[in-house]
Amino acid sequence: MSSACTTTANTQVDLTKVKPYGDTLNDGKVEMAFTLPVPYGDEAEETAKQLVKKMGFDEPNVAYYQELCPGYTFFVVYGAAQQTIDYTSIVVPKVSGTVMDRVECGDWIGENIGRDIVVVGASIESDAHTVGIDAIIQMKGFHGHFGLERFKNVVPYNMGSQVPCEQLIAKAKEVNADAILVSQTVTQKDIHIMNLTKMVELVEAEGLRDKVILACGGPRISHELAQELGYDAGFGPGKYAEHVMSYVMQEVQKRGWEKKPNIADR
Amino acid sequence: MKSKLNLDQKVVDSARAHAAHIARDMQDFIERHTTVSTERTILRFLGIDGVDDVDNPLPNVVVDQIKEAGGLPTGVAYWIGNAMVQTGKNPQEIAEEVGAGKLEITKLPTCTQEEAKQAIMPIVHETLKKIKAQTAKREELIGRLGEGREPYKYVIVATGNIYEDVLQAQAAARQGADIIAVIRTTAQSLLDYVPFGATTEGFGGTYATQENFRIMRKALDEVGEEIGRYIRLCNYSSGMCMPEIAAMGALERLDVMLNDAIYGILFRDINMQRTIVDQFMSRVIIGYCGIIFNSGEDNYLTTDDAYEAGHTVTSSQFINEAFALLANIKEEQMGLGHAFEMDPSIEDGFLYELAQATLTREVFPKARLKYMPPTKFMTGNIFKGHVQDALFNLIAVWTNQSLQLLGMLTEAIHTPHMHDRYLSIENAEYVFNNARHLGDEIEFKEGGIIQSRAQDVIKKADALLAEIEEEGLFSTIEKGKFGGVKRPKDGGHGLEGVSIKGDNYFNPFIPMMLGGEI
Repeated sequence: MSSACTTTANTQVDLTKVKPYGDTLNDGKVEMAFTLPVPYGDEAEETAKQLVKKMGFDEPNVAYYQELCPGYTFFVVYGAAQQTIDYTSIVVPKVSGTVMDRVECGDWIGENIGRDIVVVGASIESDAHTVGIDAIIQMKGFHGHFGLERFKNVVPYNMGSQVPCEQLIAKAKEVNADAILVSQTVTQKDIHIMNLTKMVELVEAEGLRDKVILACGGPRISHELAQELGYDAGFGPGKYAEHVMSYVMQEVQKRGWEKKPNIADR
Repeated sequence: MKSKLNLDQKVVDSARAHAAHIARDMQDFIERHTTVSTERTILRFLGIDGVDDVDNPLPNVVVDQIKEAGGLPTGVAYWIGNAMVQTGKNPQEIAEEVGAGKLEITKLPTCTQEEAKQAIMPIVHETLKKIKAQTAKREELIGRLGEGREPYKYVIVATGNIYEDVLQAQAAARQGADIIAVIRTTAQSLLDYVPFGATTEGFGGTYATQENFRIMRKALDEVGEEIGRYIRLCNYSSGMCMPEIAAMGALERLDVMLNDAIYGILFRDINMQRTIVDQFMSRVIIGYCGIIFNSGEDNYLTTDDAYEAGHTVTSSQFINEAFALLANIKEEQMGLGHAFEMDPSIEDGFLYELAQATLTREVFPKARLKYMPPTKFMTGNIFKGHVQDALFNLIAVWTNQSLQLLGMLTEAIHTPHMHDRYLSIENAEYVFNNARHLGDEIEFKEGGIIQSRAQDVIKKADALLAEIEEEGLFSTIEKGKFGGVKRPKDGGHGLEGVSIKGDNYFNPFIPMMLGGEI
């Protein structure tokens, strides 16, 4: 049997026309769960079916529905997706460079930069969550991935949460940071976009935009979003300290800052 | 209750004694100091509310004026009492005149301390009567309507808009929730004032204001009547306004309040002197009016590793218990906190969680333990998340936890949607009912993984508490022994709001609430 996952029992996957897979190629099966603000009953079920059909699914099947409270009904619905996507034409912007592990990063910096790399990080403005910045900087790191405090040749400063942008920038200047790491966890009403934008604007206003690597991270942040907002890089779920440092150190080399530990010289 | 963990009672007693000494040491410091927030609390209890023409709350306006004039060591109770004697006006009228720039309260002629006391005592008694009436009302409603069974199912609402919160809270109660917590807007903990009025704008939560408390209380009473079950309301007596919010909670009949002696220091970088003084009055109020406090030990496990730092949670529970006893809080009102936060990939992780939860229950047999759900290792995989929450629920019913903050399968994605809450209540009801008497049936193997783990945790907690007693609490925190967070004694927010008490200082509420006279 072939090990290639593009081969199935019956047919070859057409990567130019991909749709969801349930148990048979191209069955399009999708599970959905949602609430409608309508009273529980037969009309509610029919409303859910028609809605799912309108969303572009064939064979809508209400597997389960239940009253949440008077006037609200919860549904679990299956449907068969009709839309297809051309996988071969997908392009996703990614953080450039090779990803190395913690030890490799330390050695690489020693060999290629010849000085310590300095980073400052914080969860900024209204955001009181330290989980993101701690995962990257704190020695323990997250999920078995040690944080930057454990890296050789890296000097990290973790300023914690609810740090005003101005204070983070002042710290970056004070310690001659190569990179500023900004964490945002709360995303309700796009507060993270507002906070991240404020940070970029202040870094620009301070004339630091080309003198420091600016990166952001959080559970709802992608590299693409980060770039749209004017950051050099963005790190989302599943990215750890080694991803951040691999990027930062290679960027320091690319920018020729090996002999420029001071922000003023860059 | 027979110990399932074969704990050495001597170690438990020793840990408790160390904690009592630690708290008593702090109490000397507390007795010598007051804070702007403590003084604002007194003003609120004297009936001062509302804002000036630029939206500064009047309690702030009055305290700031007295502080700038150097009058804080005497305490606002004296200054208000004196102003009543000199002007014949009531506290609210006096505050409004201060707010309008018409009165400098410290520039009035001065009466004796005794005369000032006499002027305000009728109001003090009136306020205490109001609070007692709310406590009686709670008892009456629970007696008449009944209440959910422990572990109470505790859910949060967090829309930012109090009116939207009401809809969500009533829906959650109808679905089976016993406690509704209104999460505060992010950053409120660092505001050195309590906003005024009903609010409809917040991020990740809704402002704690007295009017918002009132609106939600009314809504939960209505839905409680409808479904025949008293629904408890929870908010946060924490941050820079810890005692003020406790006062609002007492007046508006909140039932549960987040309140921790050291959480603000560690996780909000609030100055430790400020927090330690603030927590005292907040806890005296909580003790007086029958609110269950929830301490925040679960937070240690989001910054520290739950397996390695289990004993710091136990140590902090002992300290929170000791501070609570000094504030005259009954064991039944002590919602000591802990959490199910171990990395799910640890082999036998469930056994370690079970050991910790059983230990907490055995060491604090009458406390209303608050058990917090997995958050740190929730991934966005809602299907696995729902299973993690089910394991968490199983331990809760097995070990008789009291307040179960229900985990949401969508934790780490968004604040709960309406059906997320439904699914999580359904999960808890299923597990609680299906495993109701599991704890009565099962004992643990002698010297097995669970017993050994619990014995190890209590031993380490005892050792840590001994070390803290030796070193002092402030200095321990300076060295980062809790939650891996270091805080300097003179650092953080709010130190400027701490003041030494003068010889003639008085706070009429603390002694009265502790059951004495002034």
